[in-house]
Amino acid sequence: MVTGLEVRDLSVRYPGTPPIVAVDGVDLAVDKGEILGLLGPSGSGKSSLLAAIVGIVPLASGSVLWDGEDVTQTPVHERGFGLVFQDGQLFPHRTVAGNIAFGLEMQGLDRGDREERVGDALALVGLEGYGPRRIDELSGGERQRVALARSLAPRPRLMLLDEPLSSLDRDLRDRLAIELRDILVSTGSTAIVVTHDHDEAGMICSRIVQMSHGRLALG
Amino acid sequence: MTATTFSANGRKSSSGDPVTPPVLRSRRLRAARAGAIALPLTFLGLFFLWPVGTLLWRGLSEGSGDALASERTWAAFGTTITLALAGTVGSLVLGLGAAWALYRVRWRGQAYARALVTVPFVLPTVVVAVAFGALLRPSGLLGFLGLDQGIVPIVAALVFFNVSVVVRIVGGTWASLDPGTAIAARTLGASRWTAFRRITLPALGPGIAAAAAIVFLFCSTSFGIVLILGGTRTNTLETEIWLEVKQFLDLNTAATLALLQVVVVALTLAIAGWAQSRRERALKRTRMDGTRSATRADLRLVTLALAPSALLVGLPLVGLVERSLHTRSGWGFANYASLLTIPERSNLPVPVWRAAVNSLEAAAIATSVAFLFGLILAAAISRSRRARWLDAVAMLPLGVSAVIVGLGILLTLYRPLPGGFDFGDPRILVPAAQAVVALPLVVRSLVPTLRSISPELRSAAATLGANPRRVWWLVDWPILRRPTGVALGLAFAVSLGEFGATSFATRPDHPTLPTAIYRLLSRPGIESVGTAFAACVLLAFLTSAVMMVAERWHGKEAVSW
Repeated sequence: MVTGLEVRDLSVRYPGTPPIVAVDGVDLAVDKGEILGLLGPSGSGKSSLLAAIVGIVPLASGSVLWDGEDVTQTPVHERGFGLVFQDGQLFPHRTVAGNIAFGLEMQGLDRGDREERVGDALALVGLEGYGPRRIDELSGGERQRVALARSLAPRPRLMLLDEPLSSLDRDLRDRLAIELRDILVSTGSTAIVVTHDHDEAGMICSRIVQMSHGRLALG
Repeated sequence: MTATTFSANGRKSSSGDPVTPPVLRSRRLRAARAGAIALPLTFLGLFFLWPVGTLLWRGLSEGSGDALASERTWAAFGTTITLALAGTVGSLVLGLGAAWALYRVRWRGQAYARALVTVPFVLPTVVVAVAFGALLRPSGLLGFLGLDQGIVPIVAALVFFNVSVVVRIVGGTWASLDPGTAIAARTLGASRWTAFRRITLPALGPGIAAAAAIVFLFCSTSFGIVLILGGTRTNTLETEIWLEVKQFLDLNTAATLALLQVVVVALTLAIAGWAQSRRERALKRTRMDGTRSATRADLRLVTLALAPSALLVGLPLVGLVERSLHTRSGWGFANYASLLTIPERSNLPVPVWRAAVNSLEAAAIATSVAFLFGLILAAAISRSRRARWLDAVAMLPLGVSAVIVGLGILLTLYRPLPGGFDFGDPRILVPAAQAVVALPLVVRSLVPTLRSISPELRSAAATLGANPRRVWWLVDWPILRRPTGVALGLAFAVSLGEFGATSFATRPDHPTLPTAIYRLLSRPGIESVGTAFAACVLLAFLTSAVMMVAERWHGKEAVSW
């Protein structure tokens, strides 16, 4: 049995005339503890593949398995896959701590445990003491750190990161890339990182695959 | 922190518990959403589509050709168009200057001035009509002008309502206009006035056209103002329908007139929709901040531009309060005291306070219904592009005049229905009619905010383990709280002041505040007119108090965790 993530013959089509095939029969496996880089130009289907794995776009065909169990029909909120969005998608009506605590609330953790885990997550991304701040007081880099902490806090079995650094400037990107790798490694995360930047992928990931026109090519 | 310990909450377990397959669950979700949408659609079907459809069908099938051939009908048609045109031109003349002063230049205290300008829009038509009547009657503050007859008071009252519409729409366009082109024209030798006329005005064109179309729509469906200020001489299609029903008991002619009115409104709506889409395209092209701080010279212009609107809005309200304190024995509160007793020598069978309670009760029910159903519709409309037809259905009541809604309800629902239902009670039909009128406003105030919530934000919550119900409760609802205050306030204020539909849907023994005021005025006599003035002040006070509370409702800024 394959441990970790297995994607079999996965396709994503968007309606249109003719329909747009964003992902075209992809097979992919990610071992536990592996950090896979998914590299490709924009429009190559990498974000769609990620969205299909996490379950927020419907599949045209294929299946997604975790530890050999088919999760294709499992709703997003029960899959246990965390996703860091390109632009963070932080909840504007919640504080930094409120954002990070969200997934923990969903797991039904009590307040004491929540506060501890939020503190841990903030420390992990280097934002100790930022808990009470409002989202609109944060810089771009701080926002992405919060987004990362929010996804890590519930300890998802798989982390998916969709161009997590692309909204930041070059300098910050290089520094954060190394930090991101350290965080993912230290938490023992299994992860897929989508990026169009070869250097960035090299800094963060243990294995890299190329994607173009909806298909995978070994890179 | 170690990963891979995520507890998959309640998924298929090896012990073989009966677990609902996820596919079924999402099917159930879809069924629940469809079921929720069925509620507002049933409501609109019963209290709007069926009554209005029946009325229009009657106009088509039993309508009298006599009515279409009669001079009276075409005179009313002509008056409707004339009044609407005059109201639109007046609103544009006053509104353009005010739009510039309130949106193009910036000055201290501007926010308050903008808030003040929106007040007239929510005031009940009955109050505004009575206020202009009080101001211009021979004994009133401006009685010496001798303008109380004819169409001047009506047009002034129409402008009173609609200046704020022009200010909002044109102001928004003006604020985002690039000032560079006008400056370029100046460097090419154009005077300030020429630059405005040749460069700025054409750029404002789409905004002005959109505002004009909407104002024309509002003016052509205005009922209370014409009924109260027009007396027996000035009749529009709306008041003619009222006369046919209430005085001549000729429902077929009324139905024919309703049909004619629907055609007028549909044409106006088509033009308004076209103008609005042009405006949105223009806005998209030129999205920038074109405002600047006011110079000393500007401030003089600001004063000049705002003075006419301020007088037009302020004078009638001052005049109304002045008249309400004017009694047979000099100044005093006797008119207010008379709100507590059944008025003598009038055909109002209950004291005014009782009508006020009826109004508050009906408005509370109407607001709850309109808000609940509006929320369901807004959520469905904002979630899917396929739900555009729902948007159209929800907006329909906005395009059908309140008089037609009320008359339709009178025709269809004041009798037992098949299946043992009987809604023939003003305690049901008045709130229902008001909810129909308020529903589009609720939907309109919620949809933009719901659309602004990115679907990815909901996805983010889902990937963190929130099921659809919790996504709604923890993401959509907290963000919705602010427009909720405005939507509730608007629905309540509109229901309180609603006159056109209510006057048909209610019965003489169950008046609301606006219909009580109309009854008091219809039997002249110094006591009942004084009581009417006091009742108007009370109604204006209630309406503006509601809007003030609604504006202050911000909700908690951040939810603590």
